[in-house]
Amino acid sequence: MDAKMDESGGTAHTDTLSSTAPFAKPDICPNPHHPDRPDAAYPTPPIAVPARLALTGTGTAKPGGQRRVTEPLLSIDGLTKAYPGVVANEDVSFDIHAGEVHALLGENGAGKSTLVKMIYGLVKPDSGTMHLHGSPFAPSEPSDARRHGVAMVFQHFSLFDALTVAENVALGMETPPPMRTLAARIREVSETYGLPLDPGRTVGDLSAGERQRVEIIRCLLQDPRLLIMDEPTSVLTPQEVAILFKTLQKLTSEGVAILYISHKLEEIRTLCNRATVLRRGRNVGTCDPAQTTAHAMAEMMVGSAFETPARRDTKTGAPRLTLDALSVRAPSAFGTALRDVSLTLHAGEILGIGGVAGNGQDELLAALSGELPVTPDALRLDDKPIGRLPPQARRDLGLFAAPEERLGHAAAPEMSLTENSLLTGATKQNLSNRGFLNWPRAQSFAEKVIAAFDVRTPGPNTAARALSGGNLQKFVIGREMAHDPEALIVNQPTWGVDAAAAAFIRQALMDLAAKGAAILVISQDLDELMQISDRFAALNAGRLSDIHPTADLTTEQVGLMMGGAHDMEVAHV
Amino acid sequence: MHPVLKLERRPQPSRTWSALAPVLAVLITMFAGGAMFAALGQDPVEAIRTIFWEPLFGEFARFDRPQLLVKAAPLTLIAIGLALGFRANIWNIGAEGQYIIGALTGAGVGLAFYPTESALIFPLMVVAGALGGWAWAMIPGLLKVRFGTNEILVSLMLVYVAEQLLAKMALGLLRNPEGRGFPGSRSLRDYPSAHNAELFAGTGIHWGVVAALIAVIFAYILLARHMLGFHIKLSGQAPRAARFAGVNPARLTLICLGISGALAGLAGMFEVAGPAGQINIDFNVGYGFTAIIVAFLGRLHPVGILLAALLMALTYIGGELAETNLGLPAAAIQMFQGMLLFFLLAVDLLTHFRLRWRRAEVA
Repeated sequence: MDAKMDESGGTAHTDTLSSTAPFAKPDICPNPHHPDRPDAAYPTPPIAVPARLALTGTGTAKPGGQRRVTEPLLSIDGLTKAYPGVVANEDVSFDIHAGEVHALLGENGAGKSTLVKMIYGLVKPDSGTMHLHGSPFAPSEPSDARRHGVAMVFQHFSLFDALTVAENVALGMETPPPMRTLAARIREVSETYGLPLDPGRTVGDLSAGERQRVEIIRCLLQDPRLLIMDEPTSVLTPQEVAILFKTLQKLTSEGVAILYISHKLEEIRTLCNRATVLRRGRNVGTCDPAQTTAHAMAEMMVGSAFETPARRDTKTGAPRLTLDALSVRAPSAFGTALRDVSLTLHAGEILGIGGVAGNGQDELLAALSGELPVTPDALRLDDKPIGRLPPQARRDLGLFAAPEERLGHAAAPEMSLTENSLLTGATKQNLSNRGFLNWPRAQSFAEKVIAAFDVRTPGPNTAARALSGGNLQKFVIGREMAHDPEALIVNQPTWGVDAAAAAFIRQALMDLAAKGAAILVISQDLDELMQISDRFAALNAGRLSDIHPTADLTTEQVGLMMGGAHDMEVAHV
Repeated sequence: MHPVLKLERRPQPSRTWSALAPVLAVLITMFAGGAMFAALGQDPVEAIRTIFWEPLFGEFARFDRPQLLVKAAPLTLIAIGLALGFRANIWNIGAEGQYIIGALTGAGVGLAFYPTESALIFPLMVVAGALGGWAWAMIPGLLKVRFGTNEILVSLMLVYVAEQLLAKMALGLLRNPEGRGFPGSRSLRDYPSAHNAELFAGTGIHWGVVAALIAVIFAYILLARHMLGFHIKLSGQAPRAARFAGVNPARLTLICLGISGALAGLAGMFEVAGPAGQINIDFNVGYGFTAIIVAFLGRLHPVGILLAALLMALTYIGGELAETNLGLPAAAIQMFQGMLLFFLLAVDLLTHFRLRWRRAEVA
């Protein structure tokens, strides 16, 4: 796929922007089936390059879409599950057909996990029925579900680092065959489905993508009819995503149904034949993702209209923050060392730093915020060496940061929003005088942030942990922005945040850049970076790639930047 | 399906339960302690009455009441310091050792001037006592900051070192040259410049009581209105957020251990120069450990600590009365005090969780 980044950026955006009208009738999506879709629509196999990078805006034919048979593979009818204080699923009904990739779409807490847990036998529904191949299906436990041909790949892997791939697979089996036979089976399955994996390797040495393959192969060895995948691409590089998508296509062509949980809309548009959208535990509609804009789907998820951030004209100013061969030793056994990271951040620009989790993002933020001291000259703000300065001194100079983890890092969970505004605003907002705190000032500052960023909370005296993820994130980002930063570093600004809040935060970041601030956005959400950044670089194993203007980048280049050299090749099926 | 009792996490810690927990813990301790006394063959009601009622309103209450302040003062001083550290997750368990060293340095400075009389001697002893406790607390502090040792273990073990040092001093360097070979230093009561005398006769108020009240006020202001107090709370609740805010954990560790060491040292100095009167082998009676109970019983809050220290002083005095009047063993009183902390920590669960009757769910 050689869709140019600028093209895709352009098309995707016009696409999204053109349909700003709220979704009029969420229960009926345009073109639920497209009978006019040619069966052999893909002379070249649509290697589904992730997200919107490969989008053409029109419905690329999906594998297996034409294979839909009349009787559904799994039919879900009126499933309801309530927990104390919250109804996780209410009267959810839909069908999954053999050979389709069916997306299950929804925000955090919409009830996706509970629903698939019921299908996989981890949770018993309060009411409602399921039918598999037309006969009643009520798995009492996961092994029961597996016997019926339902397999699941979890978002968090359950693998033992010290064991080999084959040993890990054997551990998940009730009656594992001899190791030699199993290794041969693993090799065979991995070749058939284009998932390169050596059964003899120790899992601890594998990348996240390779670990996921272990989990997938573990499922495939059971010869499943329905494969459930929970947010499978969240840990993958674009190349790994491409490999995964090819595998999924191969599976659907054999008649396997895939229930694909995600909130990455563009990914779903590329891969899935149908999408069922959950909102607050209810099915709010099933649609054909290829025929529905990402914006419309997002509105179905959120239930209301919201603004997509508008792209701005970049006026890049003078260099502000300079990193010169910045190196940091890994702060813990699980950390990543930063090696020779160099970049220059200009006034008025947003520099996006992509990369798969665990490649040094947290360390980069800590080095910039002052939590990890570096050599003085490795970090300069307006030509002043600040590498040794502690966090508060950096804030005094106008360098602010917002870490990824909201609760426990960017904010103290048990403390009120007023108290939390003291974390970074003490001197900039004059909240303390010779060490003595001015609580009324702190409270009015918190109120100001709450009002400016539309933080939904009973008031500034609410504990941070009582806020929803999106609202707390708005408070955290808002708090840093309210200091009028010269330079702002944010890590995962919209992680786990609902679509409306994410759009709001992205817009706020772009507005701040337009006012002349230098902004560094570290994110694992490529779509986000493509949307808001002027220049792009990627972190891989603690090293920073070359920096390129975002508009000039192709998918291939982004992938190469993110993934280094490993796992670049799509296995040939 | 049968109903089972379930614990459910509260969305926010309950303020009501946080305040109610100490009261409830005291009540449960009375019942459990009463049962223990009954098992020892005593009338439980009489034992509880002797401990809690007799010192306040009994026949000899006018002798006992001033003693409340005398006993509560060192407990308050030490517990205030400990609470600052505990709030920041810095666990100084060795206040007893810092208390002993403070007494040794304080008394040592005073005795060094014997028999010179000067108004400067007592203030000098106060400074020396605080410095002694501070220095003793710096040992676990520096070891933790430099080598990552566990301050709980180091500070605790230094208590036993301090006790050995106390015995050595009582038998050697500080022994009364005119004491005919008996262990123990000169009596500071007989040395006016060094004596921490009662400020108002019959009230029990000595300089240690004044210092304890000042410590309560300072700690209250520190925690409620000062950046250092905010950083202490922040470090305890969310260490990563504290680092992000700019708190230097090593520095905070040294500050908290230093303050608690200095306050424990002060308590030791006031005690040796006043109620105890001299350095001797059996000088320390466990105030440093009891103060841990006091700190938690007082919810790590300065005013709460003052009240808890008075309550604890009551059990000390009442316990002594129960020992002499009813013949209860001293260990039973210590058990009683231990129960108080035990039940408090148990009841504390209700601050963060609530109990719910719920029908068992079939897994």
